[in-house]
Amino acid sequence: MDRRKFIVAGLAGTAAGCGRARSSWRFFTMEEARTLEAACAHIIPEDQDAGAVRAGVVVFIDRQLTGFYKPLRKVYREGLAAMGSGFADLPPAAQLDKLRQMERDPASKPFFDMLVAHTMQGYYGDPRHGGNRDRVSWKMLGVASPPIRGRA
Amino acid sequence: MKRVNAVVVGAGAGGGIVAKELAVAGLSVVLLERGKWYTPFDGRKDDLRNQRTTVLGNAFGPDDERNPRVAVDLQGRAHSVRASGPGYSNNAACVGGGTLSYGAMAWRYMEKDFRMRSTYGQVPGSTLEDWPISYQDLEPYYEKAEWEIGVSGDDSGNPFRAPRRKPLPMPPLPPNREFEILEPAARRLGLHPFHIPMLRNTIPYNGRGPCMRCRWCVGFACEVNAKCGTQNTVIPKSLATGNCELRTECMVRQILTDARGRVTGVEYFDVHDRLRTQEADLVVVSSAAVESARLLLNSKSTLFPNGLGNRYDWVGRNLQGHCYTGAFGIMPDDIYDDLGPGASIAICDFNHGNPGLAGGAMLANEFIRLPYQFVGMLPPDVPKWGPAHKDFMRRYYRRAIAVQGPTQEMPMFEARVTVDPDVPDYWGIPVARLSGDKHPHTIEISTAMAAKAEAWLREAGAVRTWKKLAGPGYTGGQHQAGTCRMGNDPKTSVVNRYCQVHDIDNLFVIDGSVHVTNGGFNPVLTIMANAYRASEYLVKGWKGTRYRS
Repeated sequence: MDRRKFIVAGLAGTAAGCGRARSSWRFFTMEEARTLEAACAHIIPEDQDAGAVRAGVVVFIDRQLTGFYKPLRKVYREGLAAMGSGFADLPPAAQLDKLRQMERDPASKPFFDMLVAHTMQGYYGDPRHGGNRDRVSWKMLGVASPPIRGRA
Repeated sequence: MKRVNAVVVGAGAGGGIVAKELAVAGLSVVLLERGKWYTPFDGRKDDLRNQRTTVLGNAFGPDDERNPRVAVDLQGRAHSVRASGPGYSNNAACVGGGTLSYGAMAWRYMEKDFRMRSTYGQVPGSTLEDWPISYQDLEPYYEKAEWEIGVSGDDSGNPFRAPRRKPLPMPPLPPNREFEILEPAARRLGLHPFHIPMLRNTIPYNGRGPCMRCRWCVGFACEVNAKCGTQNTVIPKSLATGNCELRTECMVRQILTDARGRVTGVEYFDVHDRLRTQEADLVVVSSAAVESARLLLNSKSTLFPNGLGNRYDWVGRNLQGHCYTGAFGIMPDDIYDDLGPGASIAICDFNHGNPGLAGGAMLANEFIRLPYQFVGMLPPDVPKWGPAHKDFMRRYYRRAIAVQGPTQEMPMFEARVTVDPDVPDYWGIPVARLSGDKHPHTIEISTAMAAKAEAWLREAGAVRTWKKLAGPGYTGGQHQAGTCRMGNDPKTSVVNRYCQVHDIDNLFVIDGSVHVTNGGFNPVLTIMANAYRASEYLVKGWKGTRYRS
């Protein structure tokens, strides 16, 4: 592909993505990302150590949805939509109630459990996938970071 | 394609050894492997993508896209499952098989493990049986595996071990913190702790350096090549003879037979998905319990309408692995020392002789718990998320300790591998369908083993302990075994004592499939020893131009 065709193809791609408000995420809309951030902030909250949001868990999930978790795109789209567009604007206590309710309801429990699992992966997993920014969780646990190598 | 003396299907623990033994003896060998050949440079340490934690996929295969299986749940419903997902019962698909990324425990089974039926009698509902060979038959080959592949450790403190002629070639690693805590505790309980034998260099051996003690061990390829598998020992040796050709990314569709019922070669898809035929004087199936059974069952013909070796419907039966149970504990202080591999100390006090139980398990401390793995190990009363979860992780990660063991299973005729009539893989080959359950007595034994583990942790000073128990459902996985049982009676087994299929003298199955029972130990050293033993028989029967039984 020459340079000109490349640019044209890029513009066409951008135009196709203009159906909704421009998103700085790879998969999520801005709205979806806000909802997810609000949920993740309860799953691993901020305290003296970084919580899920600051550790980049949403970046992790967003990135995986363009990779290994591609088959889960629909599940995320529908699951986040079902949480309601105003979720991120609810007061924290109301958000928590809503999440607990999702965990109890057999219809939404699979999605909620998946959110928890993916949040844990993003937070405690390897930083190369976009989460665990600056190895915050490993530092919190006191795991040597960067790892020590070559001891006998 | 040029006809060869032998085709070996699968370059894992068994197949790698067979290929080397035959090639050294002068036979021309083609070693077919469906996966790739990874090197230490592929040993990237990814907590979310390896062979133990597979949430972002299997690091060393098989891949999800091309290799589905069907899992039948306890309600009888069939589900298509992904290679990295639950229920798949995966072992790695690559040169070296599981030995590239294993934790590398190198156990000899005990004498009674070969005589389970004689020792415990009939267990109702189980196909528990004696092996047609004894520990003494395997002993010289255990030794050969220990010295040729390379094992470190020291089991001289284990009074329950079966007799051995030679010690292990390498010393154990220096004790880690968990060893120092668990060793005196075991002694106080009257138990007999010792250093776990491992297929791991602790000193320079076989031209490779020692373990550097990083925390990414089980599930990962070793980046300093210190773990000893077939991919860095016997397979390079087999290639160096000039008699063996290794073809990777080749998926075997079926074993071919002639009108007289003898095997003539295999048909496979090569790396470019072209269908190829490789003719051979003999075929050795070493694809691990699930895939070996699948290949035999998929090799149907007029003479063998139910697949090869399956005249009496025993191929695929007795699928087993290990029922892992144990306990976790929280110590009063930080004990985390970041010294891999972590697993260091074991006891064999409970493998046999447990009142009222037909067997038991070796118990050992666990490999280093990577942070994400620890998330799944918290006590049941800790919330699954939220501030309490985070706080538990933060407070106790460095204070946690774990002991667990592989309970020897009571084999079940109905725990089995069949081929699915409706689901094909990427190449159009019917996939393996797994079904069945654990024997209730297996659960009983494993529950008793968890209690022993918990008592050990308490004695070691754990201020809080909780058990890890086993649920229902078939096992298999990395310890998969049993689906092509070895026996003297063709009506109740698939291969004879030399791993030769009963009614086809030039077809062999040499891997964990032939295990009658699977010991209360990691099975790899037994797979290796048996591969050496069966290869020796094979070479003896080789008459220069053809195979004679």
